[in-house]
Amino acid sequence: MSLRITIATARRVLAQLMHDHRTVAMMLVVPCLLLTLLWWVYDGGPVWDRIGPALLAIFPFMIMFLVTSIATLRERSSGTLERLLSMPMGKLDLLVGYAVAFGAVAVVQALLAGGLALGPLGLDVAGPAWILLGIAVLDALLGVALGLFVSAFAASEFQVVQFMPALIIPQFLLCGLLVPRSELPDVLSAISDVLPLSYAVDAMREAQLSADPSVWAEITIVVGFALGLLALGATTLRRRTA
Amino acid sequence: MLDGFDLDVPPGTLTGLLGPSGSGKSTLMRAIVGVQKIAAGSVEVLGRPAGAAELRSRVSYVTQAPSVYRDLTIRQNLRYFADVLNAPGADVDRVIEQVDLVRHADQLAANLSGGQLSRVSLAVALLGTPELLVLDEPTVGLDPVLRQELWQLFHQLAADGATLLVSSHVMDEAERCERLVLLREGALLADDSLPSLLEHTGTPDAEQAFLHLVSKASHP
Repeated sequence: MSLRITIATARRVLAQLMHDHRTVAMMLVVPCLLLTLLWWVYDGGPVWDRIGPALLAIFPFMIMFLVTSIATLRERSSGTLERLLSMPMGKLDLLVGYAVAFGAVAVVQALLAGGLALGPLGLDVAGPAWILLGIAVLDALLGVALGLFVSAFAASEFQVVQFMPALIIPQFLLCGLLVPRSELPDVLSAISDVLPLSYAVDAMREAQLSADPSVWAEITIVVGFALGLLALGATTLRRRTA
Repeated sequence: MLDGFDLDVPPGTLTGLLGPSGSGKSTLMRAIVGVQKIAAGSVEVLGRPAGAAELRSRVSYVTQAPSVYRDLTIRQNLRYFADVLNAPGADVDRVIEQVDLVRHADQLAANLSGGQLSRVSLAVALLGTPELLVLDEPTVGLDPVLRQELWQLFHQLAADGATLLVSSHVMDEAERCERLVLLREGALLADDSLPSLLEHTGTPDAEQAFLHLVSKASHP
Protein backbone atom coordinates (compact mmCIF):
# COMPACT_ATOMS: atom_id res chain seq x y z
CA MET A 1 0.00 0.00 0.00
CA SER A 2 1.12 3.52 -0.72
CA LEU A 3 0.03 6.40 1.49
CA ARG A 4 0.74 8.89 -1.32
CA ILE A 5 -1.60 7.15 -3.74
CA THR A 6 -4.30 6.55 -1.12
CA ILE A 7 -4.37 10.23 -0.14
CA ALA A 8 -4.29 11.32 -3.79
CA THR A 9 -7.24 9.02 -4.50
CA ALA A 10 -9.26 10.33 -1.54
CA ARG A 11 -8.57 13.91 -2.67
CA ARG A 12 -9.57 13.07 -6.21
CA VAL A 13 -12.87 11.48 -5.12
CA LEU A 14 -13.65 14.55 -2.97
CA ALA A 15 -12.73 16.87 -5.86
CA GLN A 16 -15.20 14.97 -8.07
CA LEU A 17 -17.89 15.43 -5.41
CA MET A 18 -17.10 19.14 -5.12
CA HIS A 19 -17.99 19.56 -8.80
CA ASP A 20 -21.37 17.99 -8.10
CA HIS A 21 -23.07 20.41 -5.70
CA ARG A 22 -26.44 18.75 -5.98
CA THR A 23 -25.17 15.35 -4.85
CA VAL A 24 -23.31 16.89 -1.91
CA ALA A 25 -26.44 18.78 -0.88
CA MET A 26 -28.53 15.63 -1.13
CA MET A 27 -26.05 13.58 0.90
CA LEU A 28 -26.02 16.13 3.70
CA VAL A 29 -29.56 17.53 3.65
CA VAL A 30 -31.74 14.50 2.86
CA PRO A 31 -30.98 12.59 6.11
CA CYS A 32 -31.80 15.75 8.09
CA LEU A 33 -35.07 16.22 6.23
CA LEU A 34 -36.06 12.58 6.73
CA LEU A 35 -35.33 12.75 10.45
CA THR A 36 -37.38 15.93 10.72
CA LEU A 37 -40.22 14.32 8.81
CA LEU A 38 -40.22 11.35 11.18
CA TRP A 39 -40.08 13.58 14.23
CA TRP A 40 -43.10 15.40 12.85
CA VAL A 41 -45.00 12.18 12.00
CA TYR A 42 -44.65 10.95 15.59
CA ASP A 43 -45.04 14.43 17.02
CA GLY A 44 -41.71 14.11 18.84
CA GLY A 45 -43.26 11.53 21.19
CA PRO A 46 -41.98 8.22 22.66
CA VAL A 47 -41.98 6.40 19.28
CA TRP A 48 -39.61 9.05 17.91
CA ASP A 49 -37.34 8.53 20.90
CA ARG A 50 -37.38 4.77 20.27
CA ILE A 51 -36.64 4.75 16.53
CA GLY A 52 -34.64 7.97 16.16
CA PRO A 53 -31.23 6.46 17.07
CA ALA A 54 -31.77 3.46 14.77
CA LEU A 55 -32.47 5.81 11.89
CA LEU A 56 -29.25 7.68 12.66
CA ALA A 57 -27.56 4.37 11.83
CA ILE A 58 -29.69 3.42 8.83
CA PHE A 59 -29.72 6.62 6.76
CA PRO A 60 -25.94 7.02 6.39
CA PHE A 61 -25.66 3.29 5.59
CA MET A 62 -28.20 3.55 2.75
CA ILE A 63 -26.99 6.80 1.27
CA MET A 64 -23.31 5.85 1.30
CA PHE A 65 -24.15 2.49 -0.25
CA LEU A 66 -25.88 4.17 -3.17
CA VAL A 67 -23.28 6.86 -3.75
CA THR A 68 -20.32 4.50 -3.50
CA SER A 69 -21.76 1.75 -5.67
CA ILE A 70 -22.53 4.20 -8.48
CA ALA A 71 -19.18 6.00 -8.16
CA THR A 72 -17.24 2.73 -8.40
CA LEU A 73 -19.39 1.44 -11.23
CA ARG A 74 -18.52 4.60 -13.15
CA GLU A 75 -14.85 4.01 -12.42
CA ARG A 76 -15.18 0.53 -13.89
CA SER A 77 -17.19 1.51 -16.97
CA SER A 78 -15.25 4.68 -17.91
CA GLY A 79 -11.98 2.79 -18.34
CA THR A 80 -10.26 4.76 -15.59
CA LEU A 81 -10.16 1.66 -13.38
CA GLU A 82 -8.28 -0.29 -16.07
CA ARG A 83 -5.95 2.67 -16.53
CA LEU A 84 -5.25 2.97 -12.79
CA LEU A 85 -4.61 -0.77 -12.48
CA SER A 86 -2.06 -0.56 -15.31
CA MET A 87 -0.25 2.06 -13.20
CA PRO A 88 1.58 1.47 -9.89
CA MET A 89 -1.78 1.56 -8.07
CA GLY A 90 -2.47 -1.02 -5.36
CA LYS A 91 -6.02 -2.35 -5.13
CA LEU A 92 -6.18 -1.35 -1.48
CA ASP A 93 -4.87 2.14 -2.32
CA LEU A 94 -7.95 2.62 -4.45
CA LEU A 95 -10.46 1.07 -2.04
CA VAL A 96 -9.09 2.78 1.05
CA GLY A 97 -8.91 6.06 -0.87
CA TYR A 98 -12.62 5.78 -1.62
CA ALA A 99 -13.38 4.79 1.99
CA VAL A 100 -11.43 7.78 3.35
CA ALA A 101 -13.16 10.24 1.02
CA PHE A 102 -16.69 8.99 1.65
CA GLY A 103 -15.83 8.49 5.33
CA ALA A 104 -15.03 12.20 5.53
CA VAL A 105 -18.42 13.01 4.01
CA ALA A 106 -20.01 10.57 6.46
CA VAL A 107 -18.50 12.45 9.41
CA VAL A 108 -20.07 15.70 8.21
CA GLN A 109 -23.34 13.91 7.53
CA ALA A 110 -23.37 12.30 11.01
CA LEU A 111 -22.56 15.62 12.70
CA LEU A 112 -25.40 17.37 10.89
CA ALA A 113 -28.02 14.63 11.32
CA GLY A 114 -26.93 13.77 14.87
CA GLY A 115 -26.73 17.42 15.88
CA LEU A 116 -30.21 18.01 14.52
CA ALA A 117 -31.73 14.93 16.20
CA LEU A 118 -30.12 15.47 19.59
CA GLY A 119 -30.53 19.26 19.54
CA PRO A 120 -33.60 20.89 17.97
CA LEU A 121 -35.53 17.61 17.60
CA GLY A 122 -34.91 16.76 21.28
CA LEU A 123 -34.05 13.07 20.84
CA ASP A 124 -33.78 11.63 24.34
CA VAL A 125 -30.74 9.38 24.80
CA ALA A 126 -28.98 8.22 27.97
CA GLY A 127 -25.55 7.55 26.44
CA PRO A 128 -22.98 10.11 25.30
CA ALA A 129 -23.61 11.81 21.96
CA TRP A 130 -20.16 10.99 20.56
CA ILE A 131 -20.85 7.27 20.72
CA LEU A 132 -24.02 7.72 18.66
CA LEU A 133 -22.18 9.82 16.12
CA GLY A 134 -19.28 7.35 16.03
CA ILE A 135 -21.65 4.46 15.32
CA ALA A 136 -23.35 6.51 12.59
CA VAL A 137 -19.97 7.10 10.89
CA LEU A 138 -19.06 3.41 11.10
CA ASP A 139 -22.39 2.53 9.50
CA ALA A 140 -21.66 4.94 6.69
CA LEU A 141 -18.34 3.14 6.16
CA LEU A 142 -20.19 -0.17 6.15
CA GLY A 143 -22.36 1.25 3.37
CA VAL A 144 -19.22 2.34 1.48
CA ALA A 145 -17.69 -1.13 1.75
CA LEU A 146 -20.90 -2.87 0.65
CA GLY A 147 -21.27 -0.44 -2.27
CA LEU A 148 -17.68 -1.03 -3.43
CA PHE A 149 -18.21 -4.78 -3.37
CA VAL A 150 -21.63 -4.79 -5.03
CA SER A 151 -20.55 -2.54 -7.91
CA ALA A 152 -18.53 -5.47 -9.26
CA PHE A 153 -21.74 -7.40 -9.91
CA ALA A 154 -23.61 -4.68 -11.74
CA ALA A 155 -23.19 -3.98 -15.42
CA SER A 156 -25.14 -0.73 -15.41
CA GLU A 157 -26.40 2.00 -13.11
CA PHE A 158 -29.90 0.53 -13.48
CA GLN A 159 -28.69 -2.72 -11.94
CA VAL A 160 -26.80 -0.98 -9.16
CA VAL A 161 -29.90 0.90 -8.06
CA GLN A 162 -31.79 -2.42 -7.96
CA PHE A 163 -29.30 -3.74 -5.41
CA MET A 164 -30.72 -1.23 -2.96
CA PRO A 165 -34.11 -2.98 -2.51
CA ALA A 166 -32.38 -6.37 -2.82
CA LEU A 167 -29.66 -5.89 -0.22
CA ILE A 168 -30.60 -2.92 1.94
CA ILE A 169 -34.36 -3.18 2.50
CA PRO A 170 -34.23 -6.75 3.96
CA GLN A 171 -31.63 -5.54 6.44
CA PHE A 172 -33.87 -2.61 7.25
CA LEU A 173 -36.87 -4.91 7.85
CA LEU A 174 -34.91 -7.34 10.03
CA CYS A 175 -32.64 -5.00 11.99
CA GLY A 176 -35.02 -4.66 14.93
CA LEU A 177 -36.45 -1.30 14.01
CA LEU A 178 -39.96 -2.54 13.19
CA VAL A 179 -40.10 -5.54 15.54
CA PRO A 180 -37.46 -6.20 18.22
CA ARG A 181 -35.11 -8.90 16.94
CA SER A 182 -35.92 -11.18 19.91
CA GLU A 183 -39.59 -11.21 18.88
CA LEU A 184 -38.98 -12.13 15.24
CA PRO A 185 -39.91 -15.66 14.03
CA ASP A 186 -36.96 -18.00 14.68
CA VAL A 187 -35.83 -18.23 11.07
CA LEU A 188 -35.92 -14.46 10.58
CA SER A 189 -34.19 -13.89 13.88
CA ALA A 190 -31.40 -16.24 12.77
CA ILE A 191 -31.09 -14.37 9.48
CA SER A 192 -30.97 -11.04 11.27
CA ASP A 193 -28.07 -12.43 13.33
CA VAL A 194 -25.85 -12.53 10.22
CA LEU A 195 -26.79 -9.11 8.83
CA PRO A 196 -24.45 -6.25 9.72
CA LEU A 197 -27.14 -3.57 10.06
CA SER A 198 -28.70 -5.55 12.97
CA TYR A 199 -25.56 -4.98 15.03
CA ALA A 200 -25.42 -1.32 14.12
CA VAL A 201 -28.98 -0.84 15.34
CA ASP A 202 -28.27 -2.93 18.48
CA ALA A 203 -25.36 -0.63 19.26
CA MET A 204 -27.53 2.44 18.77
CA ARG A 205 -30.21 1.02 21.08
CA GLU A 206 -27.62 0.28 23.77
CA ALA A 207 -26.21 3.81 23.48
CA GLN A 208 -29.74 5.14 23.75
CA LEU A 209 -30.72 3.21 26.89
CA SER A 210 -27.54 3.13 28.95
CA ALA A 211 -25.57 6.06 30.34
CA ASP A 212 -22.45 3.91 30.13
CA PRO A 213 -23.15 1.77 27.07
CA SER A 214 -21.06 -1.28 26.23
CA VAL A 215 -21.09 -1.30 22.44
CA TRP A 216 -17.64 -2.67 21.67
CA ALA A 217 -18.87 -6.12 20.66
CA GLU A 218 -21.38 -4.68 18.19
CA ILE A 219 -18.89 -2.14 16.86
CA THR A 220 -16.31 -4.87 16.36
CA ILE A 221 -18.81 -6.87 14.32
CA VAL A 222 -19.77 -3.85 12.16
CA VAL A 223 -16.10 -2.97 11.54
CA GLY A 224 -15.36 -6.64 10.81
CA PHE A 225 -18.10 -6.73 8.18
CA ALA A 226 -16.81 -3.49 6.63
CA LEU A 227 -13.22 -4.78 6.44
CA GLY A 228 -14.37 -8.15 5.11
CA LEU A 229 -16.42 -6.48 2.37
CA LEU A 230 -13.48 -4.23 1.46
CA ALA A 231 -11.25 -7.30 1.15
CA LEU A 232 -13.87 -9.02 -1.04
CA GLY A 233 -14.13 -5.81 -3.05
CA ALA A 234 -10.37 -5.94 -3.67
CA THR A 235 -10.70 -9.42 -5.18
CA THR A 236 -13.18 -8.06 -7.74
CA LEU A 237 -10.61 -5.58 -9.10
CA ARG A 238 -8.86 -7.45 -11.89
CA ARG A 239 -5.76 -6.19 -13.64
CA ARG A 240 -6.27 -8.57 -16.55
CA THR A 241 -9.62 -8.91 -18.27
CA ALA A 242 -10.84 -10.76 -21.35
CA MET B 1 -8.15 -13.73 -31.54
CA LEU B 2 -4.48 -13.37 -32.44
CA ASP B 3 -2.94 -16.29 -34.22
CA GLY B 4 0.57 -17.49 -35.02
CA PHE B 5 2.19 -14.33 -33.86
CA ASP B 6 5.82 -13.40 -33.59
CA LEU B 7 6.74 -9.76 -33.34
CA ASP B 8 9.72 -7.86 -31.99
CA VAL B 9 9.57 -4.14 -31.37
CA PRO B 10 13.10 -2.70 -31.09
CA PRO B 11 13.66 -0.02 -28.44
CA GLY B 12 13.75 3.66 -29.43
CA THR B 13 11.58 3.22 -32.53
CA LEU B 14 8.16 4.33 -33.67
CA THR B 15 6.19 1.36 -34.91
CA GLY B 16 2.82 1.75 -36.57
CA LEU B 17 0.26 -0.96 -36.02
CA LEU B 18 -2.13 -0.82 -38.94
CA GLY B 19 -5.15 -2.77 -39.96
CA PRO B 20 -8.91 -2.48 -40.32
CA SER B 21 -11.26 -2.41 -37.31
CA GLY B 22 -11.46 -5.83 -35.70
CA SER B 23 -8.06 -6.92 -36.99
CA GLY B 24 -6.70 -7.45 -33.46
CA LYS B 25 -4.74 -4.23 -32.99
CA SER B 26 -6.31 -3.44 -29.62
CA THR B 27 -6.01 -7.02 -28.38
CA LEU B 28 -2.31 -7.05 -29.27
CA MET B 29 -1.80 -3.73 -27.49
CA ARG B 30 -3.70 -4.91 -24.42
CA ALA B 31 -1.53 -8.04 -24.33
CA ILE B 32 1.61 -5.90 -24.44
CA VAL B 33 0.38 -3.66 -21.63
CA GLY B 34 -0.63 -6.74 -19.64
CA VAL B 35 -4.32 -6.07 -19.20
CA GLN B 36 -5.45 -8.82 -21.59
CA LYS B 37 -6.04 -12.38 -20.44
CA ILE B 38 -3.83 -14.51 -22.66
CA ALA B 39 -4.81 -18.07 -23.61
CA ALA B 40 -1.37 -19.10 -24.86
CA GLY B 41 1.96 -17.57 -25.75
CA SER B 42 4.22 -15.13 -23.99
CA VAL B 43 4.74 -11.40 -24.21
CA GLU B 44 7.92 -9.81 -22.97
CA VAL B 45 8.22 -6.07 -22.44
CA LEU B 46 11.49 -4.27 -21.60
CA GLY B 47 12.94 -7.64 -20.60
CA ARG B 48 10.11 -8.52 -18.22
CA PRO B 49 6.89 -10.49 -18.65
CA ALA B 50 4.09 -8.14 -19.79
CA GLY B 51 2.07 -6.72 -16.91
CA ALA B 52 4.84 -7.19 -14.31
CA ALA B 53 4.47 -4.82 -11.36
CA GLU B 54 7.74 -3.00 -12.05
CA LEU B 55 6.61 -2.20 -15.61
CA ARG B 56 3.59 -0.22 -14.42
CA SER B 57 5.46 3.07 -14.24
CA ARG B 58 7.63 2.36 -17.31
CA VAL B 59 4.86 1.51 -19.77
CA SER B 60 2.01 3.87 -20.54
CA TYR B 61 -1.13 3.01 -22.38
CA VAL B 62 -3.92 4.98 -24.03
CA THR B 63 -7.13 3.18 -24.89
CA GLN B 64 -9.37 4.20 -27.78
CA ALA B 65 -12.09 5.43 -25.44
CA PRO B 66 -10.72 8.36 -23.40
CA SER B 67 -10.12 7.09 -19.85
CA VAL B 68 -10.31 10.25 -17.77
CA TYR B 69 -12.66 11.60 -15.12
CA ARG B 70 -15.30 13.72 -16.80
CA ASP B 71 -16.28 15.36 -13.52
CA LEU B 72 -12.78 16.81 -12.96
CA THR B 73 -10.95 19.57 -14.79
CA ILE B 74 -8.09 18.70 -17.16
CA ARG B 75 -5.57 19.89 -14.58
CA GLN B 76 -7.20 17.93 -11.74
CA ASN B 77 -7.18 14.78 -13.88
CA LEU B 78 -3.51 15.14 -14.70
CA ARG B 79 -2.50 16.06 -11.17
CA TYR B 80 -4.17 12.92 -9.86
CA PHE B 81 -2.55 10.59 -12.40
CA ALA B 82 0.80 12.33 -11.81
CA ASP B 83 0.44 11.60 -8.08
CA VAL B 84 -0.33 7.95 -8.78
CA LEU B 85 2.72 7.69 -11.07
CA ASN B 86 4.88 9.73 -8.67
CA ALA B 87 5.71 12.01 -11.60
CA PRO B 88 7.13 15.48 -10.88
CA GLY B 89 4.49 18.22 -10.43
CA ALA B 90 5.91 20.22 -13.36
CA ASP B 91 4.89 17.37 -15.67
CA VAL B 92 1.27 18.46 -15.46
CA ASP B 93 1.91 21.76 -17.23
CA ARG B 94 4.37 20.17 -19.66
CA VAL B 95 1.90 17.56 -20.92
CA ILE B 96 -0.98 20.06 -21.12
CA GLU B 97 1.24 22.09 -23.43
CA GLN B 98 2.31 19.04 -25.42
CA VAL B 99 -1.29 18.18 -26.31
CA ASP B 100 -2.15 21.84 -26.91
CA LEU B 101 -4.82 22.24 -24.23
CA VAL B 102 -3.36 25.16 -22.24
CA ARG B 103 -6.40 27.34 -22.84
CA HIS B 104 -8.75 24.65 -21.54
CA ALA B 105 -6.67 23.44 -18.57
CA ASP B 106 -9.22 24.46 -15.95
CA GLN B 107 -12.26 23.33 -17.88
CA LEU B 108 -14.29 20.33 -16.78
CA ALA B 109 -13.49 17.32 -18.99
CA ALA B 110 -17.22 16.72 -19.48
CA ASN B 111 -17.45 20.02 -21.38
CA LEU B 112 -14.67 19.20 -23.87
CA SER B 113 -15.14 17.99 -27.44
CA GLY B 114 -14.36 14.38 -28.30
CA GLY B 115 -11.00 15.27 -29.82
CA GLN B 116 -10.01 17.36 -26.81
CA LEU B 117 -11.04 14.57 -24.45
CA SER B 118 -8.88 12.02 -26.25
CA ARG B 119 -5.96 14.46 -26.03
CA VAL B 120 -6.43 14.64 -22.24
CA SER B 121 -6.28 10.85 -22.21
CA LEU B 122 -3.10 11.00 -24.30
CA ALA B 123 -1.62 13.63 -21.95
CA VAL B 124 -1.98 11.19 -19.04
CA ALA B 125 0.22 8.73 -20.93
CA LEU B 126 2.94 11.38 -21.34
CA LEU B 127 3.30 11.92 -17.57
CA GLY B 128 6.59 10.79 -16.07
CA THR B 129 9.11 9.34 -18.49
CA PRO B 130 7.57 6.15 -19.85
CA GLU B 131 10.01 3.96 -21.79
CA LEU B 132 7.25 2.34 -23.83
CA LEU B 133 4.13 4.15 -25.02
CA VAL B 134 1.30 2.03 -26.36
CA LEU B 135 -1.17 4.34 -28.06
CA ASP B 136 -4.41 2.91 -29.45
CA GLU B 137 -5.64 5.19 -32.26
CA PRO B 138 -4.51 8.42 -30.55
CA THR B 139 -5.17 10.63 -33.58
CA VAL B 140 -8.62 9.39 -34.54
CA GLY B 141 -11.10 12.21 -35.05
CA LEU B 142 -8.51 14.97 -34.90
CA ASP B 143 -8.05 17.68 -37.48
CA PRO B 144 -5.03 17.39 -39.84
CA VAL B 145 -3.02 20.16 -38.18
CA LEU B 146 -3.32 18.58 -34.78
CA ARG B 147 -2.56 15.13 -36.19
CA GLN B 148 0.61 16.49 -37.75
CA GLU B 149 1.63 18.05 -34.42
CA LEU B 150 0.99 14.88 -32.47
CA TRP B 151 3.03 12.78 -34.92
CA GLN B 152 5.86 15.27 -34.53
CA LEU B 153 5.57 14.79 -30.78
CA PHE B 154 5.67 11.00 -31.18
CA HIS B 155 8.84 11.26 -33.31
CA GLN B 156 10.38 13.57 -30.72
CA LEU B 157 9.64 11.03 -27.95
CA ALA B 158 11.22 8.25 -30.03
CA ALA B 159 14.25 10.45 -30.73
CA ASP B 160 14.58 10.95 -26.97
CA GLY B 161 14.85 7.18 -26.57
CA ALA B 162 11.27 6.05 -25.91
CA THR B 163 9.69 3.18 -27.82
CA LEU B 164 6.29 3.86 -29.34
CA LEU B 165 3.67 1.52 -30.67
CA VAL B 166 0.89 3.50 -32.33
CA SER B 167 -2.18 1.94 -33.91
CA SER B 168 -4.31 3.37 -36.65
CA HIS B 169 -6.88 2.16 -39.13
CA VAL B 170 -6.02 5.07 -41.42
CA MET B 171 -3.45 3.81 -43.88
CA ASP B 172 -2.07 7.23 -44.77
CA GLU B 173 -0.69 7.47 -41.24
CA ALA B 174 1.67 4.69 -42.28
CA GLU B 175 4.06 7.10 -43.92
CA ARG B 176 4.71 8.69 -40.53
CA CYS B 177 6.08 5.48 -38.99
CA GLU B 178 9.59 4.09 -39.30
CA ARG B 179 8.24 0.62 -39.21
CA LEU B 180 4.89 -0.88 -40.10
CA VAL B 181 3.07 -3.87 -38.76
CA LEU B 182 0.02 -4.79 -40.81
CA LEU B 183 -2.65 -6.89 -39.17
CA ARG B 184 -5.72 -8.53 -40.59
CA GLU B 185 -8.14 -10.86 -38.78
CA GLY B 186 -5.66 -11.54 -36.04
CA ALA B 187 -2.85 -12.53 -38.40
CA LEU B 188 0.37 -10.70 -39.18
CA LEU B 189 0.38 -9.59 -42.83
CA ALA B 190 3.61 -7.66 -42.87
CA ASP B 191 6.31 -6.28 -40.60
CA ASP B 192 8.56 -3.95 -42.53
CA SER B 193 9.55 -0.35 -43.25
CA LEU B 194 7.32 1.53 -45.68
CA PRO B 195 9.89 1.88 -48.54
CA SER B 196 10.79 -1.79 -48.34
CA LEU B 197 7.12 -2.78 -48.17
CA LEU B 198 6.30 -0.73 -51.27
CA GLU B 199 9.25 -2.22 -53.11
CA HIS B 200 8.25 -5.79 -52.19
CA THR B 201 4.67 -5.37 -53.24
CA GLY B 202 5.34 -3.05 -56.19
CA THR B 203 2.62 -0.66 -54.98
CA PRO B 204 2.61 3.16 -54.71
CA ASP B 205 1.24 3.57 -51.15
CA ALA B 206 0.47 1.76 -47.92
CA GLU B 207 -3.20 1.24 -48.72
CA GLN B 208 -2.38 -0.44 -52.05
CA ALA B 209 0.29 -2.52 -50.34
CA PHE B 210 -2.21 -3.67 -47.75
CA LEU B 211 -4.77 -4.65 -50.39
CA HIS B 212 -2.08 -6.46 -52.34
CA LEU B 213 -1.06 -8.45 -49.26
CA VAL B 214 -4.67 -9.27 -48.40
CA SER B 215 -5.36 -10.66 -51.85
CA LYS B 216 -2.09 -12.58 -51.80
CA ALA B 217 -3.02 -14.09 -48.40
CA SER B 218 -6.44 -15.22 -49.61
CA HIS B 219 -5.25 -16.54 -53.02
CA PRO B 220 -1.78 -17.91 -52.39
